[in-house]
Amino acid sequence: MDLTFSEEQDELRKVVRSFLAKHSDEADVRRLAADPHGYDGVVWRRMATELGLQGLAVPEEYGGFGFGYVDLGIVFEEAGRALLGGPYFATVALAAEALLRCDDAQARRDLLPGIAAGETVATLALTEESGRWDEPGIRLTAHDRAGGWRLTGAKTYVPDGHLADLLLVAARTLGGISLFAVEADAPGLARTPLPTLDQTRKQARLEFTDTPARLLGTEGTAWPALERTLATASVLLAAEQVGGAAAALDAAVDYAGIRVQYGRPIGSFQGIKHKCADMLVEIESARSAAYGGLWALDADDEAEIAIAAALAQAFCSETFTRVAADNIQVHGGIGFTWEHPAHLYFKRAKSSEMLLGTPSYHRELLAARIGI
Amino acid sequence: MEVDFGPAVRDFRDELRDWLADHLVGEFADHRGVGGPTDGAAWEVRLAWDRELSAGNWLGVGWPREYGGRGLGLLEEIVFEYEYARANAPYRATVNALDLLGPMLLKVGGETQKKRFLPPILAVEELWGQGFSEPGAGSDLASVRTRADRDGDSWVVNGQKVWTSFGMHADWLYVLTRTDPQSVRHKGLTMLLLPTDQPGVEIRPIRNLAGQDEFAEVFLSDARTGADMVVGEVGQGWRTAMATLGIERGTTLLPQQLTFEREAEAVIDLARDRGALDDPMLRRRIVDAWISVRIMRTTNLRTLAELTAGRTPGAQATTAKLYASTRHQQLGQLATELAGPAGQVVGEDYGLDTRQRSFLLALAETIYGGSSEIQRNIIGEQLLGLPKEPRP
Repeated sequence: MDLTFSEEQDELRKVVRSFLAKHSDEADVRRLAADPHGYDGVVWRRMATELGLQGLAVPEEYGGFGFGYVDLGIVFEEAGRALLGGPYFATVALAAEALLRCDDAQARRDLLPGIAAGETVATLALTEESGRWDEPGIRLTAHDRAGGWRLTGAKTYVPDGHLADLLLVAARTLGGISLFAVEADAPGLARTPLPTLDQTRKQARLEFTDTPARLLGTEGTAWPALERTLATASVLLAAEQVGGAAAALDAAVDYAGIRVQYGRPIGSFQGIKHKCADMLVEIESARSAAYGGLWALDADDEAEIAIAAALAQAFCSETFTRVAADNIQVHGGIGFTWEHPAHLYFKRAKSSEMLLGTPSYHRELLAARIGI
Repeated sequence: MEVDFGPAVRDFRDELRDWLADHLVGEFADHRGVGGPTDGAAWEVRLAWDRELSAGNWLGVGWPREYGGRGLGLLEEIVFEYEYARANAPYRATVNALDLLGPMLLKVGGETQKKRFLPPILAVEELWGQGFSEPGAGSDLASVRTRADRDGDSWVVNGQKVWTSFGMHADWLYVLTRTDPQSVRHKGLTMLLLPTDQPGVEIRPIRNLAGQDEFAEVFLSDARTGADMVVGEVGQGWRTAMATLGIERGTTLLPQQLTFEREAEAVIDLARDRGALDDPMLRRRIVDAWISVRIMRTTNLRTLAELTAGRTPGAQATTAKLYASTRHQQLGQLATELAGPAGQVVGEDYGLDTRQRSFLLALAETIYGGSSEIQRNIIGEQLLGLPKEPRP
């Protein structure tokens, strides 16, 4: 039974936490939130070269370190705790995973080493105006013309879409759903950053006008790989949400220990103490949901992954949002200000709820997958 | 996710599975899943089942051989509980002695006490009741007032205990007493073993809200026990009691969770029969119930994995009780709602079916073993380090 963390994994957590404490403190988070560019290139490189974070779970033959998803989940949990700004989720959880799942070894050899080395920022462009994450939501079309494939249509709400060097685009061909790689400087590609409620995670709208693209794998067969990619990303996002919730609880507990009212720290009142206790109960339950997904991914158990991923998104999304809101409540008036970081977590929580589909959507996925 | 405990214990597991398949038959099979920490149903059958287990040498899997146990490790104990729950065998009537008193004696009892009391527990020859709670001391055990005074070679005990699970069947009680009348709170308490077969002990069953004789109140009037019946040291009863409660919190969740899983599956089947799966509001609650039991399972697996790896379990080991007890109540309410008017009719003499029993008995789960409010205090103060409540 390998359902606990090894000493090496504890060490990985420590190293990542300490790195992010230095390079993603509140000032960094605010600076990057205000900056449309949204990430620090130097830190990004150091994440890759010093810690190997972008290539952690990428197999060694593609320039990565071949670690498992539990290890990667630890990094996402810590990234969530630190509200790490920038395209880590888009690059690692979405794009690298999509490349690993698509049936195209040549593309993996061409594209993954750059991601692992921290040289390529990448993302997956799947959603369109409807905001749907399912197969029918993909309407953008691709045509095979003389000289290769061309894309026409629009993608939007694409995480870090305006920052990415490499865009993996889900499109509809005569054969069905296919996956394409598009370079950032491809002709006929227009990218517009979207102002977002959660400023710590950027989104963009992408317009394709007869844009040249490289087909990955076999035409018309991409949906299963994309579905698996979304399941993996759901689990990693859940780990990130757990980290964010844990940080929000830590903040609430710290404050409840020092803020005095009626002559005692407010944390000694059951009204506050019990709220904090309930927050921890939810977080530990969310941890189980997220870790269950990570273990399923490492076991490569297809049916279990499908179930655990939907469950993790449904549960961890709501946990993070509830805990982040409770943190504001525990802080009282100060928690409602722009200056206090509590709202940064709350906004990240709510936007993460939508990032891969709402909790209701994932509940329905789960219901279908367990035959309810 | 099938739980695999590795090749080392696979033979043990297979032996157990075979034994259960051979012996969980007839009347025992008819009482699958019956009983629980607060369920007094089918007492005689369950006692007979305990004797069957004893004859098969399945009680005290982790206890040393010299006291009648199998002398195996934590992993085998866990496998036993898991397979036992998987087979849905009746809840053990002697669980109080097996899971609480026995481990307590093994931990802090004297050698003579172990030799005297442990083998009869495993042989189901002596039944035990716990005398901790009092009318004035439920979750606040430090308020215990039952007094024990030394008189020559004896202790003389006076006071009242309550909520003693299955106390009316007990041959012996393990009782938390105050031996220093000047002491306050948790100082000056002593743990005593006390025979019930004497004029100074009067035990009256209390009927629970499910209509069962599940627990008892115990009146002690100049009840006597020997000076050698102190567990641990005189004045250290608090430490002894806390060790017991720690054991209680650790061992009960795994079999419980398997029961909850069965109930959740039954809820889904019932909902399907009633066409309730098409009702979006009910549908959401049903999926959430399924999510809850799945999360309980993973949480327990995390704790088990840490225990078997020799690590100190994380915060989830403490939060699990609050989560499970709360979610189980929601499951019971949902099941009762789905059963509709037909589910509101009970049998003769307030005879309850499995669903009705579970629904009602779940109300105790947020009270026993430390109420939810106490759990929140423990989580807030011990896990999160929040300032203590002011105490007089």
